[in-house]
Amino acid sequence: MGPVSEETIASLKRQATTLRRHIIRMTHNVQSGHPGGSMSACDIVTALYFHVLRVDPKDPTWPDRDRFVLSKGHACPVWYAALAERGFFPVEELMTFRKIDSRLQGHPEMGTTPGVENAAGAEGQGLSFSVGLGLAARMDHAAWRVYCLMGDGEQDVGQTWEAAMAAAKYGLDNVTGFIDRNGIQQEGRTEDIMPLEPLAEKWEAFNWHVLNIDGHDFRQIFAAIEEAHRTKGRPTVIIARTVKGKGVSFMENKIKYHGAATSDDELAQALKELEVPS
Amino acid sequence: MTSAGSWKMESQRAYFGKALVELGRRNPKVVVVGADTTESIKSIDFGKVFPDRFVQLGIAEPNMISVAAGLAAAGKIAFACTYSVFGSAHTYNIVRQNVAYTRLDVKIFSSHAGLTVGPDGATHQINEDIGLMRGIPRMTVLVPADGPQTAKCVDAAAETKGPVYCRFSRTNVPTITSTDDDFGIGKAYVLRDGSDLTLVGSGLMVARCLQAAEALDRDGVDARVINLPTVKPLDEPALMKAARETGAIVTAEEHTVVHGIGAAIASVVVRDRPVPMAFVGVRDVFGESGEAEDLLRKYGLTVEAILEAARDVMKRREHSLPPRVQGSAARTAK
Repeated sequence: MGPVSEETIASLKRQATTLRRHIIRMTHNVQSGHPGGSMSACDIVTALYFHVLRVDPKDPTWPDRDRFVLSKGHACPVWYAALAERGFFPVEELMTFRKIDSRLQGHPEMGTTPGVENAAGAEGQGLSFSVGLGLAARMDHAAWRVYCLMGDGEQDVGQTWEAAMAAAKYGLDNVTGFIDRNGIQQEGRTEDIMPLEPLAEKWEAFNWHVLNIDGHDFRQIFAAIEEAHRTKGRPTVIIARTVKGKGVSFMENKIKYHGAATSDDELAQALKELEVPS
Repeated sequence: MTSAGSWKMESQRAYFGKALVELGRRNPKVVVVGADTTESIKSIDFGKVFPDRFVQLGIAEPNMISVAAGLAAAGKIAFACTYSVFGSAHTYNIVRQNVAYTRLDVKIFSSHAGLTVGPDGATHQINEDIGLMRGIPRMTVLVPADGPQTAKCVDAAAETKGPVYCRFSRTNVPTITSTDDDFGIGKAYVLRDGSDLTLVGSGLMVARCLQAAEALDRDGVDARVINLPTVKPLDEPALMKAARETGAIVTAEEHTVVHGIGAAIASVVVRDRPVPMAFVGVRDVFGESGEAEDLLRKYGLTVEAILEAARDVMKRREHSLPPRVQGSAARTAK
């Protein structure tokens, strides 16, 4: 990846704000969906789609592309927004999200939406799917990499840990996991619903290379990805501390906005706060 | 076809393991994933020849299914092989979301289906997998009658786009087909023509249907026998033809009658030409430990049960009596 200029960082920040505006509008438009966890993951997704991933919007199934797997499927508004802004489909299509006859399902459907690489909704399957992708790349001696974005809530799911063991067994250094550690799941704080800490130590005990970063700091995100690329013989997981609802003051750290859209008044306020910096 | 009684008893797993290796030689895209049952179900045969295309994932079947899906998403034809109870019920929503919804080339081949798992008991005797799997959109469901047909299912599954579920037995079963026989997904095979009624079997119950047909023949009843190795998509024309031409149908399966093959056939037949039907299979009960043959007898999956059902449907056809369920032996079982 190499050094990242101030200009690039500024441009990525503008891009992330644009994605957040899409997320708010899409979920407001249909009065459903999951804005909170889309906003917390927004900077990671922006970093990947606008600086890291080798993908081709004109050829979404190019065999040598990098794969992004969204395990926390409810955060698909951020994925759709990134794909649209990246040119996989028209930005106008975002407003069809969750509506009848749309390609943008409430949770990702593979094979329907250009650029969507997996199906997710039931939690905890994405890392296993990523292990399969990573194994296939290795069998084919291919250079493409797999990036799997998990939620912290889905660390509750047993299958996540089945996948963690399998990736470590096969030393899949072409698989990089992100945990969007926003600390909130549907019904409350993760530490109240099902305590995860010490989370980093858990992943270390499963023989992963573990990095802890601020998931809203582009420089930290890139440094972690570079370290993951340099780490051979085992997979890397990047535990990214994030803020649920990041970017809109009244949504930040609020459990409610896991699965609630903004009202008309809130929409205006949110869009005001999400002015794209010039 | 050999006459009933002189059939060779053979292992479907042995045919399966061999077919998988031969397929692997022909098609480099084929990979196999397993979950600590690979020796038992013979998928290890593939692993010995192609260690780089074989993935052992331990006792973690949900992970195994999703890993297979990931492999398929990258262009592989992924055979996920385990015991039927784990490849269906235990992983149902993983199969639904990661395999069927995605349309991926994952082929779930599962051994140890049904009662004839035997002494391991009810936890391992899944009699519900066919119904579960045929209820999932985009899923193809195969139930081979014997070893040679199991091998044919391996090849056909690899050639078919999208998800496939195939289930077979742990116990040795009579070999009633030949490796030279035709096989295609979606086809029903008439093994014996007849005009008085039709016996439709799947899996190891096909041989019992043939034996029942011979017994009926001695009584002057001319029974048609259909081997139905594909439960989904159903060969609707062949089943409708059987209903129209023979006027009565008995189905026989090593599976619950609640939502199995008989139920699937009935839903086709009633649309076209309702005829008296009877359903030989496991009643709405769990199995138990025991030897395979003893279990089949206790739970009413016998030639005698098929004969009783045959007499019943023919009688009802004459008198237009309301339908009744078959398999009286197990009605009092737990």
